[in-house]
Amino acid sequence: MIIQALAFYVFAFVAVAAGVMVIASRNPVHSVLFLILAFFNSAALFVLLGAEFLAMILVVVYVGAVAVLFLFVVMMLDINFAALRQGFLQYLPIGALIGIVLLAELVFVFASWTFSPDVAAVIAAPTPAAAQVSNTHALGRLIYTHYVYLFQAAGLILLVAMVGAIVLTLRHREGVRRQSIARQVARRREDSIEVVKVPSGSGI
Amino acid sequence: MAEFFDIYVVPTAWIVGGVLLIVVPVLLSVAYLTLAERKVIGWMQLRKGPNVVGPFGLLQPIADGLKLFFKETIIPSGANRVIFLLAPVVTFVLSLVAWAVIPFGAGIVLADVNVGILYLFAISSLGVYGIIMAGWASNSKYAFLGALRSAAQMVSYEVSIGFVIITVLLAVGSLNLSKIVLAQAGGMHHWFGFSMLMPMFAVFFISALAETNRAPFDLPEAEAELVSGYNVEYSAMTFAMFFLGEYANMILMSGMTAILFLGGWLPPLEFAPFTWVPGPVWFALKIAFVLFVFLWVRATFPRYRYDQLMRLGWKVFLPLSLLWVVLTAGWLLAFDMVPPAGGL
Repeated sequence: MIIQALAFYVFAFVAVAAGVMVIASRNPVHSVLFLILAFFNSAALFVLLGAEFLAMILVVVYVGAVAVLFLFVVMMLDINFAALRQGFLQYLPIGALIGIVLLAELVFVFASWTFSPDVAAVIAAPTPAAAQVSNTHALGRLIYTHYVYLFQAAGLILLVAMVGAIVLTLRHREGVRRQSIARQVARRREDSIEVVKVPSGSGI
Repeated sequence: MAEFFDIYVVPTAWIVGGVLLIVVPVLLSVAYLTLAERKVIGWMQLRKGPNVVGPFGLLQPIADGLKLFFKETIIPSGANRVIFLLAPVVTFVLSLVAWAVIPFGAGIVLADVNVGILYLFAISSLGVYGIIMAGWASNSKYAFLGALRSAAQMVSYEVSIGFVIITVLLAVGSLNLSKIVLAQAGGMHHWFGFSMLMPMFAVFFISALAETNRAPFDLPEAEAELVSGYNVEYSAMTFAMFFLGEYANMILMSGMTAILFLGGWLPPLEFAPFTWVPGPVWFALKIAFVLFVFLWVRATFPRYRYDQLMRLGWKVFLPLSLLWVVLTAGWLLAFDMVPPAGGL
């Protein structure tokens, strides 16, 4: 038990510290790297909770894909660090206000969550106890059986967003010579090579 | 005190022992994989390969290692020091931690976690960070270009690897690596590599080549254009760590191929002379075979052009593997072969 508690405090502390560093560090690339560290420690916290599937998905999706794209963009930007710092004090009150509102909401949510006695009754589709079924199967049952239509709808919304992004950036240019692999493969010797016997002293 | 000893010290000692038992052989195999690569490619090109240091050149990897160890570590003056030094460490550590969940035989596994295959997938998707950090921190245009190419390539091929893994999971019903192997019990014809998942076997192997930045997809280190890609600025042990990490990743990918498609530690035929050979030996033989194909491919094929590489990943492998997910699911449903939840 002591080890679990110790591990929790280590991961939680590193996650919070990394979160602070994301907004505190001067170099945006360092910020993204700290963000990745924060993701990692959150994944470790999930593992401690027994939600190993969520932990792995967090790493695969956020660290393995989303943060790579972040890093890509941030690395390619030509950023003037001094200009980035300007207006920091001006925006500080708004930022602090948003932070306080978020904190208050979280406090309300978690306070009522832990204190309300009939939480179990409110949940529409409760999952079986962790000992009976692995959390991969429990999640699968929830997403693909009980809430399959909502899940599909969420997928459709993402698809629409993707189509929108493609439509916005796709442009057809005239006069571009593209490689057509099928045509290259379909080419035969007869259509491309002609053997000509050229008598000496005259051209073709 | 005795209680403390039983609860904390003994399990820790077991785990450390297990880790050493995995890491030392992996690093030794990496060393000899470099020799095998040079020998095999040498023979394929009618050369002899290294044959001077020790009998048949067997001490060559040790000589190479010593040479790298005694060289000077140079950090470019424009480099971002911390990230520059962190990048090889990340690559190296990631290539080793993945081995924690690999089952070497029936029950011979350090951490038999429920989501083993997802863990492997997560770790291999992190490999891109070592490269991208190295490219950026070097503050050199060749290194940065190499890193960008490599990152785009690895992210692209991960998608199809993910779908290939899903087809296997559909047929197994569990994400546990030992269960994936056990689902292929009963001889070669039960291995997923020779069932209706055979095309996925090919897709997985080719994607593994791209994921490990091996020929014919070794664009990140295209010597002719990029000098040597993301690791140009690295020298001595920092370079050696990249090298070790890359080769350990190759062995890991071969291990994944063996587990997913070639029946892991199971013998190819379920009768006497084959069942006498212990499981870890079969597993090692299968890994060695897949590694040989890695080297064979390198000696045979010319390098892909970058747009062709992206076309293969996104326009060929992605639709094919997506289609195969649907086909496999339909096949399993139609013939009433859906595995029970939690595997066999």
